[in-house]
Amino acid sequence: RAMELPPSHFPATRAAAVAVGYLRYLRGGPGRGLQLRELRRARRQDIDDVGHKYYLELELEDVLDRDRTVNCTAEVLYHLGSKTSAPDVQVTVQGELRSTEEADKEFYNRIRSLEKELVAENIPDSHGNVPPELEPIHLLAWAASGYVIWQNSTENTKFHLAQVKHVKQVKRSDEDLQFDFVLLLHEMVSQEVLPWEVTLLWHPQRGARVSQS
Amino acid sequence: ANMKLILIFSALIGASLCLETFVGHQVLRIKTKNEEEVKQLQLLESLEHLELDFWINPSAPALPVDVRIPAVSVQSVKAFLESQGIEYSILIEDLQDVLDKEKQDMAESAQRQRSSNTFDFGAYHNLDDINAELDHLASEYSFVEKIQIGESYEKRPLYVLKFSTGGSNRPAIWLDAGIHSREWVTQASALWIANKIASDYGTDESITSLLDKMDLFLLPVANPDGFVYTHTSNRMWRKTRSKIPGSICVGVDPNRNWDAGFGGPGASSRPCSDSYHGPSANSEVEVKSVVDFIKNHGNFKAFLTLHSYSQLLMYPYGYKCTRPDDYAELESLGRAAANSIRSLYGTTFQVGTICKTIYQASGGSIDWSYDNGIKYSFAFELRDTGRYGFLLPANQILPAAKETWLGLKKIMEHVRD
Repeated sequence: RAMELPPSHFPATRAAAVAVGYLRYLRGGPGRGLQLRELRRARRQDIDDVGHKYYLELELEDVLDRDRTVNCTAEVLYHLGSKTSAPDVQVTVQGELRSTEEADKEFYNRIRSLEKELVAENIPDSHGNVPPELEPIHLLAWAASGYVIWQNSTENTKFHLAQVKHVKQVKRSDEDLQFDFVLLLHEMVSQEVLPWEVTLLWHPQRGARVSQS
Repeated sequence: ANMKLILIFSALIGASLCLETFVGHQVLRIKTKNEEEVKQLQLLESLEHLELDFWINPSAPALPVDVRIPAVSVQSVKAFLESQGIEYSILIEDLQDVLDKEKQDMAESAQRQRSSNTFDFGAYHNLDDINAELDHLASEYSFVEKIQIGESYEKRPLYVLKFSTGGSNRPAIWLDAGIHSREWVTQASALWIANKIASDYGTDESITSLLDKMDLFLLPVANPDGFVYTHTSNRMWRKTRSKIPGSICVGVDPNRNWDAGFGGPGASSRPCSDSYHGPSANSEVEVKSVVDFIKNHGNFKAFLTLHSYSQLLMYPYGYKCTRPDDYAELESLGRAAANSIRSLYGTTFQVGTICKTIYQASGGSIDWSYDNGIKYSFAFELRDTGRYGFLLPANQILPAAKETWLGLKKIMEHVRD
């Protein structure tokens, strides 16, 4: 009952973008930036009174380690009348993602030891430059954008992070790092570039979480 | 009598063989100490048979005298100066050597001027610098001409480079970039491509045979107002900068403004939208100028347009999801072009109709060109797939331009044949 979809056509690529966004939120961090290398296969199932469910086979790569790829499967369910609820997403990564323990610890200690709270804007800048010391922030923004993209996608949208307009670190009394982002998201179908405020908490062991404040 | 004849013959032969060379000629600088010595030099000057060439004539004791002496006279002039106690130094030992070196230097410099270019194609530039480079290309190559096809809303010229090696209204190829101003890799790539075509004509077989049969018209900045705005105010600006009656919002999506399914699905009727189609088809002067130019020319065979990002190679239609009549040929040619692109750095482009690949979008340029008889209508979406999106790092400009060029070339070769 699941219909095979051409991987180069937009229904499949939009669903893949949701799956990648979700995975970025779940597994992304200052030392890991997952992106789609190739969408290998896509199928769709129309479930009466529920919605449309996509079955995807994805090949992913880490932008910091592009010699390797990792395969994963994903299911993306867009609910009927989907204006109010986010799609349900499940992702299974086959094998292990490269460990980022050292890079995470280094980043964590660096930020914790800053006297002044980190502030930056326009990452990348107009010419596509990202200063090396801000690349981990860029990747955390990817994780934050992953959440926003997952929560706000429909079958009629395809979001990408266009730019980190502004980021401000907020020192906390607990062990988390907090970054208040203003992200610019590019929505492909309407072609709009939309600003989005999102607060991200991150900890080397606990990973990334969007703060519902 | 025989001796005289021989002398005359050899003099005549000598004269006929006489190329003006300066082998063995020396240039001396003579330092006169008093009026007496100046007079001596003036005497020397009067001896015409010596053929002395004074670069600085003897006039006053304080001033040096520079003189070129033909090889045959060098020894005797020096002997004379020494016998008079007149000081001199050798400025140039052998004038011919100096001339030879100078000629070589000039040739090398000219070669450097021709083959090098101070314009950095691997960097992003503003509109003024781009326009200056268009002038440079037009002045450097006889078959490249900069023409103006119209003006933008804010009265900036719309400059097109015409590549033509002759003929009269030859079948032509159209290529534009930057219709959406934030897609900076496209204007940058168009410049590189222009330079590539111009400099490779005459040496690259494919380009040479292409331009020997067809003309190429290249519009590197199709939306100059938007482009300037991305530099001065908002890097993410996409549309034109036209004022919309009754709205506080500015600008129309120039790739929803063409007369092809205008106002249909996939374009917004809201002025504040980034895909606003505008009050009517061709309302944007940037679009109308191109339409008029192409219609007046009447002999375009291909219409190619560059966008970013997503790495796609698309053909009509966007305004409807049915296949064009030439689907098989366009799909096959698209795949061949995508393979050419991939051959360079492994960059993969997906191929398909606009409507199936990216979205339904009405009022697009290649739909218009196709429905107006230009069969080979393709839209490219260049690098990348979202990691940097519109903010593609400058160090990717050259790879993007080079791989894209291979795809364009594949299409152009097919059109030519």
